[in-house]
Amino acid sequence: MGAGRLGVPMERHGRAADTYASAGEPAPEGPDGRRRELLRRRASSASEPPVGSSASASAEGIRRNRPGSYSGAPSASRQRVESLRKKRQLFPWFGLDIGGTLVKLVYFEPKDITAEEEEEEVESLKSIRKYLTSNVAYGSTGIRDVHLELKDLTLCGRKGNLHFIRFPTHDMPAFIQMGRDKNFSSLHTVFCATGGGAYKFEQDFLTIGDLQLCKLDELDCLIKGILYIDSVGFNGRSQCYYFENPADAEKCQKLPFDLKNPYPLLLVNIGSGVSILAVYSKDNYKRVTGTSLGGGTFFGLCCLLTGCSTFEEALEMASRGDSTKVDKLVRDIYGGDYERFGLPGWAVASSFGNMISKEKREAVSKEDLARATLITITNNIGSIARMCALNEGYFGAVGALLELLKIP
Amino acid sequence: MAECGASGSGSSGDSLDKSITLPPDEIFRNLENAKRFAIDIGGSLTKLAYYSTVQHKVARVRSFESSGRDTEQDHEPPYEISVQEEVTARLHFVKFENTYIEACLDFIKDHLVNTETKVIQATGGGAYKFKDLIEEKLRLKVDKEDVMTCLIKGCNFVLRNIPHEAFAYQKDSDPEFRFQTNHPDIFPYLLVNIGSGVSIVKVETEDRFEWVGGSSIGGGTFWGLGALLTKTKKFDELLHLASKGQHTSVDMLVQDVYGGAHQTLGLSGDLIASSFGKSAAADKEFSKEDMAKSLLHMISNDIGQLACLYAKLHCLDRVYFGGFFIRGHPVTMRTITYSINFFSKGEVQALFLRHEGYLGAIGAFLKGAEQDNPNQYSWGENYAGSSGLMSSSPELCPTQRVRSGTFDLLEMDRLERPLANLPLLLDPSSYVPDTVDLTDDALARKYWLTCFEEALDGVVKRAVASQPGSVDAAERAEKFRQKYWRKLQTLRHQPFAYGTLTVRSLLDTREHCLNEFNFPDPYSKVKQKENGVALKCFPRVIRCLDALGWEERQLALVKGLLAGNVFDWGAKAVSDVLESDPQFGFEEAKSKLQERPWLVDSYGKWLQRLKGPPHKCALIFADNSGIDVILGVFPFVRELLSRGTEVILACNSGPALNDVTYCESLIVAERIAAMDPVVHSALKEERLLLMQTGSSSPCLDLSRLDKGLAVLVRERGADLVVIEGMGRAVHTNYYAALRCESLKLAVIKNSWLAERLGGRLFSVIFKYEVPAE
Repeated sequence: MGAGRLGVPMERHGRAADTYASAGEPAPEGPDGRRRELLRRRASSASEPPVGSSASASAEGIRRNRPGSYSGAPSASRQRVESLRKKRQLFPWFGLDIGGTLVKLVYFEPKDITAEEEEEEVESLKSIRKYLTSNVAYGSTGIRDVHLELKDLTLCGRKGNLHFIRFPTHDMPAFIQMGRDKNFSSLHTVFCATGGGAYKFEQDFLTIGDLQLCKLDELDCLIKGILYIDSVGFNGRSQCYYFENPADAEKCQKLPFDLKNPYPLLLVNIGSGVSILAVYSKDNYKRVTGTSLGGGTFFGLCCLLTGCSTFEEALEMASRGDSTKVDKLVRDIYGGDYERFGLPGWAVASSFGNMISKEKREAVSKEDLARATLITITNNIGSIARMCALNEGYFGAVGALLELLKIP
Repeated sequence: MAECGASGSGSSGDSLDKSITLPPDEIFRNLENAKRFAIDIGGSLTKLAYYSTVQHKVARVRSFESSGRDTEQDHEPPYEISVQEEVTARLHFVKFENTYIEACLDFIKDHLVNTETKVIQATGGGAYKFKDLIEEKLRLKVDKEDVMTCLIKGCNFVLRNIPHEAFAYQKDSDPEFRFQTNHPDIFPYLLVNIGSGVSIVKVETEDRFEWVGGSSIGGGTFWGLGALLTKTKKFDELLHLASKGQHTSVDMLVQDVYGGAHQTLGLSGDLIASSFGKSAAADKEFSKEDMAKSLLHMISNDIGQLACLYAKLHCLDRVYFGGFFIRGHPVTMRTITYSINFFSKGEVQALFLRHEGYLGAIGAFLKGAEQDNPNQYSWGENYAGSSGLMSSSPELCPTQRVRSGTFDLLEMDRLERPLANLPLLLDPSSYVPDTVDLTDDALARKYWLTCFEEALDGVVKRAVASQPGSVDAAERAEKFRQKYWRKLQTLRHQPFAYGTLTVRSLLDTREHCLNEFNFPDPYSKVKQKENGVALKCFPRVIRCLDALGWEERQLALVKGLLAGNVFDWGAKAVSDVLESDPQFGFEEAKSKLQERPWLVDSYGKWLQRLKGPPHKCALIFADNSGIDVILGVFPFVRELLSRGTEVILACNSGPALNDVTYCESLIVAERIAAMDPVVHSALKEERLLLMQTGSSSPCLDLSRLDKGLAVLVRERGADLVVIEGMGRAVHTNYYAALRCESLKLAVIKNSWLAERLGGRLFSVIFKYEVPAE
């Protein structure tokens, strides 16, 4: 579903970095030209599925509008693009990803501010910097993920720290109001935003905050972000990792994964929903499919089943629960392994399958339900991702073909 | 996973009255001869299968001892008819709610006469739970069979033996059911069984299948999670809730994420971005209906997506869905179909099976009956003894539900002989016997249903008259009337009940109902009399024909074929005339015929063809007894033989209306041979072969013909097919494309149909076709 880009902080690494990376690596033709080419290629690979009138089915194959479209009068936006190209952006540097559930804000805090700059720095800019970097929580719902902070980065010639901040999308109006209160618009900054909310809240930004958004395609941003974050590493360590022996609690360990030669890769972006992309190169990818069973489903079902109110709470409950009381396992049906099909007894035969029985419904805890929800959703995503990877078995070859078509 | 939502089950009616009185003699039919049992116990429904034998009365024809008898005497019949008992094999399948299992087992125990049976094959999740009960009640040893193996065996069996078994479900079309033509090769296919969980099985041959994947998000998830969310315990109630709900208040849609911009972005705002995405807000209340709907969408979409991914990976485009999640529930068929269309972009079609609920029981039965090798036979659905699709759906048949609980029956007759495709079909996989799909054509449906209703009195009358010596004929005929009348009423409301509704299925259903009440051949006496009259006329007709010049004779032969065809008790307009004026003669019939040019007239082309080299071998499907076959078909056959063409004359295996049966054709041919040296030598030299079609229908399904006939047609290299009569050449096969020359001729003896075709009563169809090179 389209909302793959909406991020719930399920994966805390390599996700929230939708920093506007092209500032660091200007494209030969400038951002617009290259994007247009990308769009063309993508449009040919991912055609719109037929969608009936009934409001159902997960939002697969959503086609994005032209990425990087600017709101406001054409002349004004062109000016901004020009200024973007000519010189380094004025501070503050923000990247914003407004998802269906969460807003992810990335803030670059320059640490190499000269005394002269400090003097010139307008009051509102200073106050923003102080406010963001001296707090770890904002209002009742905003959180800075301090543990994710990337220190001593060099970005576009400036040294500084990258901060990761999130808050629920339903607090977006308050955020815009704060922008207005802090007189953000006086800073003449370009506010780059991605995610569905970049469209949804565009008008509010303009009318309330007097801010024009530079809207960016979320999947472009996602891939750029991942590649960028991986290239800078995580404070000296690798951003990408995997679990060895995942099924064995004792032997399971988290190991770094080298992303040096990553292509082709399948990118499964789990936000409120899930988007699955096949990526052939940094600017050549297609959206393969998606599912509406994502982070939002986990959280939403947990709220209904357990009465929890935050995502962290739901995860925490899940970590303590026992899903086997909720789920019907193969052994619950066959007494052991189902040998005919080589299914082990511990495999889940039916998620929530035990809950058709009144006695068993009465015997489970909220934690068990949260756990079962987590297992259901993650197993399903794993299963779909695996099928996509198998079906994309030729995607290396397809990628090569697309490269051929690029040659003039 | 495989199993069908068994064990726990807050399922069936804790609240239902278990002492409800069954009409068991209507349900467990032919139990006294039952000898082999299998049972499939799912989470809420039990399916019982047994093999039984049915005693039928059949009318047999036999030549008189010819010695010394003067067959020229006017009032002597040409052969004798005797009614005999015949035993045929039948498979019975009964589906009922688990609530009734004890009552049913008791009934079976009390009525089971046969004591040879020692074992009962059992499958389904509930086989474990009810093992002891079954062993105690029936004193049979329970042999447990693998669930998936049974399911697939059952699936292969119905796909092979029941025409119109599979259908696609289309929400907004009328009717919602689109039945599929059975592909001659049913393999390979993907079976997605949605029980508690989901099993996805790739089936490659009768014995080779592979579990390629599955998902834990299935019917049990809908049920279990639904029960937690809505406090609604029963699966059916959950579905009912879901059908009333609005998922948009619970799901996060694309428009919720993008705001109004989705339109300008070309996005479909109604798509679900995140299932239950809006419920991630504490202290917000959601209605049960809305949550159930959202859950249904989530699960259906997920299964549809996985099914598409598996179908794509294994390059399969036929995907059948089954399991209790699907079973007869329009709401789940709808959401699954939607999902499959969406994710496969129309490349994969979601197919469902009419007898999906019986697959496990059928498979278990077949496992137990392996020594009898049931797969070597062909089987046919008995329309008289089978409940139609959705018979127990409360939405569709509230009254029926009250009458019979949720009992549902399927009966399949073992056919005497195995069936096969006519090898001359141009494309067996796209062959559709029926000319008009009455499920589609509401106007035609209305007409034909009324027509069959109006003809019912006459059929009843004839049935009684055919058994003058029987004391209970009137009573049985009345039962027949009621049974067939009910079938017609069911079909008025559910035209899809037995697959695609056609004139053929209406005729066949009537034949099945007549047989059910021991009226095997109501026309036997009429046919006997007519055959006698016609045989007497034969020499004179031949003399007249032989006196004609070649070109005149060809037209006279064709006219004779057509005139003979006017004699058809099946057509109401004709039976009225025949009833009132039995002297209605052959010559008069000819004068009734439309003058040339006929309604469809390719006679010129046919005549031209006859001037060319003779055909190697003609396959002729005969229609009626009496004047039609004797004065119409045989002279035509004789002419072909004289040209050096071999002839295979194919007649029905069993009786249907006044159609000539194979046995009658043997006697008729023998009598003609005695009068005519051409026929005599041809029979002797096997240049004229009499064969049976394998059918007992007034219509003709070229995809289900007697295997022996199919083999012979191939051996003899038939290069001409002649199909005669309204039932075989108009109601069916009018558009059938063959690989060789074909001649379809009929007289339209129904004014409504004639008008529809642009003609009048007794308009003539003469359709000669040569396949494109």
